[in-house]
Amino acid sequence: MSTQKPILQMTKIHKRFPGVKALSDVNLRLFPGEVHALMGENGAGKSTLIKVLTGVYSIDEGRVEMEGMPITLHSPLESQAAGISTVYQEVNLCPNLTVAENIFIGREPRRFGRILWKEMNRRAAELLSERMNLQIDVTRPLHTYSVAVQQLVAIARALNISAKVLILDEPTSSLDQKEVEQLFRIMRKLKQDGLSILFVTHFLDQMYEISDRVTILRGGEFVGEYMAEELTRLELVMKMIGKELHLLEELPSLAEADQHTLGGEWIRAEGLGRKGGIEPFDLAIRQGEVVGLAGLLGSGRTETARLFFGADKPDSGRLTLPESAGTVRSPREAIRRRIAFCSENRKTEGIIGDLTVRENIILVLQAKYGAFKAISRKRQEEIAGEYIRMLNINPPNPDHLIKNLSGGNQQKVLLARWLLTEPQLLILDEPTRGIDIGAKAEIQKLVLSLSRQGMSFLFISSELEEVLRVSDRIAVLRDRRKVKEVTGKDMSQQHIMQSIAGG
Amino acid sequence: MSLNRKYIPIVVTILLFLVMFAAGSFRYTGFFSLQVLMNLLVDNAFLLVTAVGMSFVILSGGIDLSVGSVIALSTMISASLVQQLGWPPLVVIPLVLLMGAAFGSAMGAIIHYFKIQPFIVTLAGMFLARGLCYVISIDTITIDHPFYTAVAQTKIPLPGSSFLSISAVIALIVVAAAIFTAHYTRFGRNVYALGGNEQSALLMGLPVARTKVLVYTLSGFCSSLAGVVFTFYMLSGYGLHAVGFELDTIAAVVIGGTLLTGGVGYVLGTFFGVLIQGVIQTIISFEGTLSSWWTKIVIGLLLFVFILLQRVLTSGSPARK
Repeated sequence: MSTQKPILQMTKIHKRFPGVKALSDVNLRLFPGEVHALMGENGAGKSTLIKVLTGVYSIDEGRVEMEGMPITLHSPLESQAAGISTVYQEVNLCPNLTVAENIFIGREPRRFGRILWKEMNRRAAELLSERMNLQIDVTRPLHTYSVAVQQLVAIARALNISAKVLILDEPTSSLDQKEVEQLFRIMRKLKQDGLSILFVTHFLDQMYEISDRVTILRGGEFVGEYMAEELTRLELVMKMIGKELHLLEELPSLAEADQHTLGGEWIRAEGLGRKGGIEPFDLAIRQGEVVGLAGLLGSGRTETARLFFGADKPDSGRLTLPESAGTVRSPREAIRRRIAFCSENRKTEGIIGDLTVRENIILVLQAKYGAFKAISRKRQEEIAGEYIRMLNINPPNPDHLIKNLSGGNQQKVLLARWLLTEPQLLILDEPTRGIDIGAKAEIQKLVLSLSRQGMSFLFISSELEEVLRVSDRIAVLRDRRKVKEVTGKDMSQQHIMQSIAGG
Repeated sequence: MSLNRKYIPIVVTILLFLVMFAAGSFRYTGFFSLQVLMNLLVDNAFLLVTAVGMSFVILSGGIDLSVGSVIALSTMISASLVQQLGWPPLVVIPLVLLMGAAFGSAMGAIIHYFKIQPFIVTLAGMFLARGLCYVISIDTITIDHPFYTAVAQTKIPLPGSSFLSISAVIALIVVAAAIFTAHYTRFGRNVYALGGNEQSALLMGLPVARTKVLVYTLSGFCSSLAGVVFTFYMLSGYGLHAVGFELDTIAAVVIGGTLLTGGVGYVLGTFFGVLIQGVIQTIISFEGTLSSWWTKIVIGLLLFVFILLQRVLTSGSPARK
């Protein structure tokens, strides 16, 4: 294989957005007849690289060569013409048209301008059965088929257009196990036909199952290109997260250093699960306990949190509160049972930018009282003032518009909003993402001190150190499964990383 | 093979038409004749022509509120050029058609390039065209040019001593051409793709801009053609012609089984949608004692039924995850 020339070669690619270096010095080589995995955590630059390849973004610096010839990619059409086709996770086809049309629209077989339907249907059926092993009625509208079939149709369209390089962007995230196997069978077949496939995924198992070669990105930088079989799982995870094993210092866990007694079990999930989200798991949280969730992006962290808040309906299992014998089935019920949820999407699901700090703080409390029991202005100001002092919100002005605050301070306002409702369980999904170190430390300290007062936490963060620092217990997730629970001495970076890597 | 569920709305439409026609035939003597059937076409030729254009707009996921006003403006321009300036009709008619197409394509271009909702743009077009009528004249201009009266009076004989008007024949030709365009040309399929998912259509490399502008051009052309047909029928130009007509047109398209969200429907359905409206009017005129406003009531009820039917069909479709 090493003697083969790459069909597509990208060298020293740079892409800047205002204020951000999205890609710097990134290389990518795709060989014919290979499945090449592209891996990286959130913000690693995977999507930017794909958008460069598909011509959605143009690069600032660097070279792209196709079969040794330099090419430029300025639009999706140019990229298609160069032989690069992309199938996105959310299938970009027209659900109302027939399967055959979706494959051929824009290039329908015609005679004197008249579309030859019979010819088109015959060719579509032939293409699907020969290259996709798929025998379906091509005259039915696309939406009558499952996402898996729709994806195969999208691949068939891509192959029919050009197909030297096929990019599959997270194709497996909405497929079940059987459908994934079907897709992999087809990928192997296409590989044998000499196609070069770039496979973007965050599932480690799937990466190892299908890929020959893997390129890892981290923070917009090129980490390296490896043969999949020569890379251990642990190495892979460390390269993605950015830690060398021997460099790992054992950070003292704040939670460990400051032992405290935990109360009784306050909430318990039994066999709780949701198809496509997280497989059924058991997890109980005690009073005053901080339970951390560790795992890679897409391992089911947020999905778990949403189930705990009743934001998504579980397919199986239940969530109960042993002491009060209550259940949680909806966010309303969760709030009534004193569960609060700080979402990871601060901008879209949390703050309301055009309202003031004060208004943002009292929002949920007012909702709890109902629209007819308005909280007086004086009381609002008292509350806002109290929390601004307590959480050290800067600037300490309750009438400041929240959109003008820094990320860390917005996060504190959100915390204040939920703390005000005096929750028993506070779910924090990435509470420290994108905020500065000082604010991070303050939020971590706050979590610890509140837990000492008996509040329970479900704490999610991509930063393993942070999870280790605040948690009494850590549940490790991998590929949408809870794989392990660690406490006490086992709570070390090395141990948890091994669990994340699995295998 | 079981009936493909995408055909259900159109089958319901056709059945509804047959049932209504049969009911009328049983109840009223003289109802069941070829001429009554032909009159549905003769009396609704302009509605049919407009509704065909509207079908394409709605299939593409848009709406065109300007059609009634463009009809009025077409009658006005025709009447004033022919009667007041003495231009020959064979010059005036192509000119009016060109005007309608240009008006439509301007709206289409604004909708696409400025990314404004079609509802607002065509609403503006509706007021603009209606207002322009009164710039020409605030009164009715009667047309007595021999060409117009000749066309109006020509009867094309059919077997069984029934006949069709020239307007009805024009309408039938338009319907046939539209069915071919919708199903056997790339433009037609692109319209369906656009209505299905505009973003996807773009990523699939389809000419979205051209298709969208063409759709409104086509609707503008059909409206002005309907305006010409309307002058044959009314023999006058007037600013108050076809007021509220855009809503009748939309109703015909929806009753014909086309989804307002775009992407699903048939021109043939629109054809029967128009005939259903015609049948309701005919039944009410045969009844004699009922006010013609009953037409509106029945159409209103039918619209409800069809929108509910579509909701049931679309939400029940097996779009499993």
